[in-house]
Amino acid sequence: MSAPSIAPTVDPAQVDQPVDDTDEVADRPWIVLVWNDPINLMSYVTFVFQKLFGYSLDKATELMLDVHHKGRAVVSNGSREKAELDVFRLHEHGLWATMQHDR
Amino acid sequence: MVDLPDHERGLLRSLLGQLRELLLSGEGGLQRLFPPAYADDPEREAEYRAMVHDELLERHLASLDTVEETLEATSVDEAQLLTWMGAINDLRLVLGTRLDVSEDMVRVEPDHPDAGAFAVYDYLTWLLDQIVDALSG
Repeated sequence: MSAPSIAPTVDPAQVDQPVDDTDEVADRPWIVLVWNDPINLMSYVTFVFQKLFGYSLDKATELMLDVHHKGRAVVSNGSREKAELDVFRLHEHGLWATMQHDR
Repeated sequence: MVDLPDHERGLLRSLLGQLRELLLSGEGGLQRLFPPAYADDPEREAEYRAMVHDELLERHLASLDTVEETLEATSVDEAQLLTWMGAINDLRLVLGTRLDVSEDMVRVEPDHPDAGAFAVYDYLTWLLDQIVDALSG
C-alpha cells in the first residue's frame, strides 16, 4: 500500500480499471441472500441471523420464515467487501448464502 | 451443563473424528460446507474460493478440536457451546447431504439400509435444537 498522493503518478488512462469501477453497476449495492435448504433447522437459522447481524428475535424469525416459505431472503446489503464478509460468516455457520448486485 | 451419557459422547467423538478425516482428505462430498458465494459469476467465485477456502477449512477443523477437548466436560461456557453448535451443525450438514434428506421426509423403516445413519441424524437434530435452545435462553 502506497501513501496517498494528490497528483497521480500514473496516467489514469493507462491503468487497467476493473470493469465495475467504470460502470454504473458499481454504484449499486450488493445484497446477501440466504437460500432454503432441507437440512438447517429453523431454530438454528433464526439464532444465526440474530448472532451475526444483531437482529431481534422477531426480525430474525421473519427472515427465517421468508427463507423457508419463499425459498430465499435478503439478510444484509452493502459494499462488495461487506457482503463478502457476511457471506463468509454465513458459510462458516453452514448456511447457503450467495451475493449479487441489487437489481 | 452438559448432561450426556457416555455412549453419546463416544458417538460424537467418533463422528467428529470422521469429519476431520474427511476435511483433511481433500476428497469431494463436502460442498455443503463450502458453498458458492457468487452463483452466476465463475470468475468472482474462483477469487472468493481462493481467498476463503483455507480459512473456512481451518475454522471447521478448529471447531472439531474445541468440541473434542470439551467432550468429557460436565459443563461448558457460552463460547464453547457456540463452537459445539457449529460442529454439530457441520455433522448434520454432511450426514444430511449424504442421506439426501428432504424437508417432507417420512420416517425411514427400521430395516432401511440407512436406518442407523438416519437415527444418528435425528440424534444430532435433537442435540442441536437443545444447544440452540440453551444459547437462546
